[in-house]
Amino acid sequence: MAQKKRVLMLGNLACVHGAIYAGMRFYAGYPITPSTEIAEGCARELPRIGGRFIQMEDEIGSIAAVVGASIAGLKAMTATSGPGYSLMVENIGYAYMTETPCVIVNVQRGGPSTGLPTKVSQSDTMQARWGPHGDFTAITVAPSTISDTVSETIRAFNLAERFRTPVTVLLDEVMGHMREIITLPEPGEIEVLERVRPTCPPEEFVPFERTPNLVTPMPRYGDGYRYIVTGLTHDQMGFTTNKPEEITPKLDKLRNKIENYKEEIIKLRVEMMEDAEIAFVSYGSVSRTAFQAIDIARKAGVKVGGVQLYTIWPFPDKELAELCNRCNKVIVAELNMGQIVNEVRRVLPPDVSIHSLRRYDGEILTPMQLLEKLEEVL
Amino acid sequence: MATAVKQKSDVILQYLRPHKKMPSVWCAGCGNGIIMSAIIRAVDKLGYSKDEVVMVSGIGCSSRMPIYLDFNALHTTHGRALGFATGVKFARPDLKVIVITGDGDALAIGGNHFIHACRRNIDITTILINNAIYGMTGGQGSPATPSGAFSTTTPYGNVEKHFEPCELARAAGATYVGRTTVYHATQMEKMIAGGLAHSGFAFIEAISNCQTYFGRLNRKGDAVAMIKSFKENAVMLGKAKKMSEEELEGKIVIGTLYRTEKTEFCDEYQRVIDSLQGGK
Ligand SMILES: Cc1ncc(C[n+]2csc(CCOP(=O)(O)OP(=O)(O)O)c2C)c(N)n1
Ligand code: SF4
Repeated sequence: MAQKKRVLMLGNLACVHGAIYAGMRFYAGYPITPSTEIAEGCARELPRIGGRFIQMEDEIGSIAAVVGASIAGLKAMTATSGPGYSLMVENIGYAYMTETPCVIVNVQRGGPSTGLPTKVSQSDTMQARWGPHGDFTAITVAPSTISDTVSETIRAFNLAERFRTPVTVLLDEVMGHMREIITLPEPGEIEVLERVRPTCPPEEFVPFERTPNLVTPMPRYGDGYRYIVTGLTHDQMGFTTNKPEEITPKLDKLRNKIENYKEEIIKLRVEMMEDAEIAFVSYGSVSRTAFQAIDIARKAGVKVGGVQLYTIWPFPDKELAELCNRCNKVIVAELNMGQIVNEVRRVLPPDVSIHSLRRYDGEILTPMQLLEKLEEVL
Repeated sequence: MATAVKQKSDVILQYLRPHKKMPSVWCAGCGNGIIMSAIIRAVDKLGYSKDEVVMVSGIGCSSRMPIYLDFNALHTTHGRALGFATGVKFARPDLKVIVITGDGDALAIGGNHFIHACRRNIDITTILINNAIYGMTGGQGSPATPSGAFSTTTPYGNVEKHFEPCELARAAGATYVGRTTVYHATQMEKMIAGGLAHSGFAFIEAISNCQTYFGRLNRKGDAVAMIKSFKENAVMLGKAKKMSEEELEGKIVIGTLYRTEKTEFCDEYQRVIDSLQGGK
C-alpha cells in the first residue's frame, strides 16, 4: 500500500481540507482575523474543483448566500469570528427555521465587540447554542488537534445533511493558527453523507412533512419540486401559518429531529475515567493541555480522568452524568468566564462538587495551571 | 375582446400556486397585484418553465409575492433577498432568479447588498416595488419617502432627502435600469421581460400605490386616484430628455433609462474555473 500523505498543515487550512473532502462546493465569507485563511484557502481551492467562492459585502450577506446556495443544491460553508458571527445570527436562525443544511465556522477571538482579534478565547460557546432569537436545537462541534479539525469539519457537514440543520464548528485562535503534521484521510476513508432527496412525484411532495425521523427529504431548486421556503412559521406544505395546532409541531420538529437522535451526534473523548475520583471536563484547544495535566497527575498517583466534548451542543447530559458517576469532584476548564460549567452543574448530581477553571485574558491555559487547580480542589 | 380578457386571466391562473388559500395579505387595490401579473405575463412570454424560475424576496407587503406564485420560492429576511439570491444564482447559474423587494427592504436595511449586487453585475432581475413607505409595518417613513411627505414616523413632514433608486443602481454598476409605474402595466411587462432576457444585473423600479398608508397620510386619495396620478405625472424618457429640470419637477420619468453590456459575474467565474481545470 502506498504511504499515506503526511503534511504540515495550518488549522484553518485543515478546516478547508475537511470541508472539501465532505463535498463543500460553495463558500461565501467576509475576511476577519483569526479566520481569514479559511476564506483564502477556499478562494484558491474551490474553483480548481469546479466549486464556487465569493467574498460578500459583509457577514450578513455571506450567510445569506450560503443558505441560498444550499437550498439551490450545493454543500455550503462560511467562516468568521465573533463580530461576524454576531452579524450572522438572524440568518442562521433562518437556516434553523427553513431546515437548511450549512456549516458555520467560528474561529473564536476574545470579546465582547471587536475584542481581541489575535488572541484565543472560548467565549462564544453559549452564542453557538443561543445566537439567534427563538427556540431551536443547535449542533456544535469543537476539535482540539489539526487532524481533528479535518475530521470534525467532515462530521459537521455530515450532521448538517443528516439533520437538515446549520452546524457550527467552534475553533479558536490557537486552533486556527497552529500547525501540526497530520495524515490526510484517503478518499473513501471517512464516510461522507449526501442529502436525502425526494423520490416521490412532485404533486405528492410535502416539503416539510413530519416524517418518522422528522427529517424531510430536500429537493434542489430546478428539480420540479416547487415549494415555498420561508422564515415565517409554516405548516407541512410550507405555507405560512398562525394556527397553534401547526406552530407547536413545527417547533417540536426542529427540536426533536435532533434531540431524539442525540446518540448519533454526541462524541466524547474519555480518558482514565474508570476509577477517576476527579475529572477534568474540557473542549477545543483547552483539551490539549487538560490531557497533558491528567497524564502528569496520574503519574503522581492522583485518580484523575478527563472528558473532552467534541460535541458541545446538544449537551451530553446523560453521557456526562454516567461517566462522572464515580467522581466526587469535577473541574471544568475553559477560556471564558464560565459558560459550559453551568451546563455541567445542571446535569451532574448535587453531591458532586464542581469547580470552574477559567481564563479570559487572551492566553491559553497551561498544564501547570490545571495542575494547580487540581491541587487546590483535592 | 372578452376572449382576450379571458385568455389573460387564464395565463395568470396558470402561475398561481395551487392549494394556496387566497385572498392574499394585500389590501384591495394595492399595486403589488398589478406588478405580480406583469411578471407572470413576462415569464409566460419568454417561455420559461416554472421549474427554472426562482423568486426571492425579503420582508414586506411586496415581499409576500413568491408565496402566491408557483415558482421556486425563497421568502427570506428583511433586506437580505439579494444576498440569498446571489447564493442561488452563483450556485446554479442555469436558474432564472427574480428578486422582489420593497423600498425599505432594498434601500434601507438592504442597501449594502443592493449596491454590491449591482456592482457584481450578477444575472438577477430585481424589481423594487416603490410605494414610498413601509407598508407591512403600518406606514413608517422609508428612504424613498419624499421630503415633506407624511408617514407615522414623519408626523410633521419628512425632513430627510430620498434616494433615487435608479440612479443608485446605475452608479453602482447595474447594466439594465428601468422605471415604470403600476398604471403602465404593458410597459412594465415588457421591461421585466427585457430585464430577464438581459445577461447581468437588471433593475426595475416599479412605482406603486400604498393607498392604505401613503395615500391616506398624504391625502392622495384611494387606489384609483393614486394610480391615475401616476398616469398624469409620468413622462416617457424620450420626451423627458427635451424637458427642463423645472418642467420635470414632480414628474416620474419612465422607460428603460440605461442599458449596457458588461461581463456577467457567474460567467466570469466560470472562465476562472475553466482555465484552472483546462490547465491541468
Ligand atoms: C430585521 C428586521 N427589522 C425590521 C423588521 C420589520 N419590518 C417588516 S417589513 C418592514 C418594512 C417593509 O417596507 P418595504 O420594504 O418598503 O415593503 P412594503 O411593505 O412597503 O412592501 C419592516 C421594517 C423585520 N421584519 N426585520
Ligand atoms: S399596506 Fe399598502 S403596500 Fe401593504 S398591501 Fe396594503 S396597500 Fe399594499
